[in-house]
Amino acid sequence: MTVKEVADIIGASILTKQADTEKQVKEGYTCDLLSWVMAHGREGMAWTTVQTHMNVIAVASLHDMSCVIIPEGIRMEDDVVEKADEEGICVLSSSLTAFDICGRLAAAGIGAC
Amino acid sequence: MSILKEEFPVAAMDFVTAGEASAQIKRMLKKLGVDPGVIRRLAIACYEAEINLVIHSDGGKLMLELNPDNVTLISEDVGPGIPDIDLAMSEGYSTASDDVRMMGFGAGMGLANMARNADHFNIESIVGEGTKIEMVFDIK
Repeated sequence: MTVKEVADIIGASILTKQADTEKQVKEGYTCDLLSWVMAHGREGMAWTTVQTHMNVIAVASLHDMSCVIIPEGIRMEDDVVEKADEEGICVLSSSLTAFDICGRLAAAGIGAC
Repeated sequence: MSILKEEFPVAAMDFVTAGEASAQIKRMLKKLGVDPGVIRRLAIACYEAEINLVIHSDGGKLMLELNPDNVTLISEDVGPGIPDIDLAMSEGYSTASDDVRMMGFGAGMGLANMARNADHFNIESIVGEGTKIEMVFDIK
């Protein structure tokens, strides 16, 4: 499944402008502890988190994740979105809760690591 | 003889540029054609070390050395040091402040994650002076 298809399933808008939305999503993950995600993140993940600061992009990028999903319409600062574009990480914004996002993605066939 | 030697300074409490050194190291090694699996492990360990420098030290540096058989990464800082290394190495133990925890750091996973990703891991610390971590990543 591509990032674009993931966005459609969870009714998300894609905040990044240049990052490739045709990138494949291999699995899903949700966690707000960045240290934990550093230990458990994997390539091709779609990662849902309420954290929106710069280091989220660093963690996603170091793991070569496909996208970061921000739930509940939480705002991400423009400079963080710009950084995500630079690093080629798509950022999706959804009005759903993290719980709902994961439920819908799991129902659509995205597995966990 | 090493193929490449680089030093990256890391400032204390600078969360805006935290991760830049790790990203730069990752890009450099990619360009040089180092095995992606090795780069991945090194990038994770490097980021953990970088974040530790930002959170816990008074400033430090990351030193990268690429050799034909391995990549060595050294993190060296000036700072409070670690009184009990065994305790600091145990997962879940952290001395990070509440502010830092609010950002999602300070889960007490850093040192253990470094040790897990490196092929050789060594840590030395002197209380009141600083900490030095040496990690070696073998290139198969």
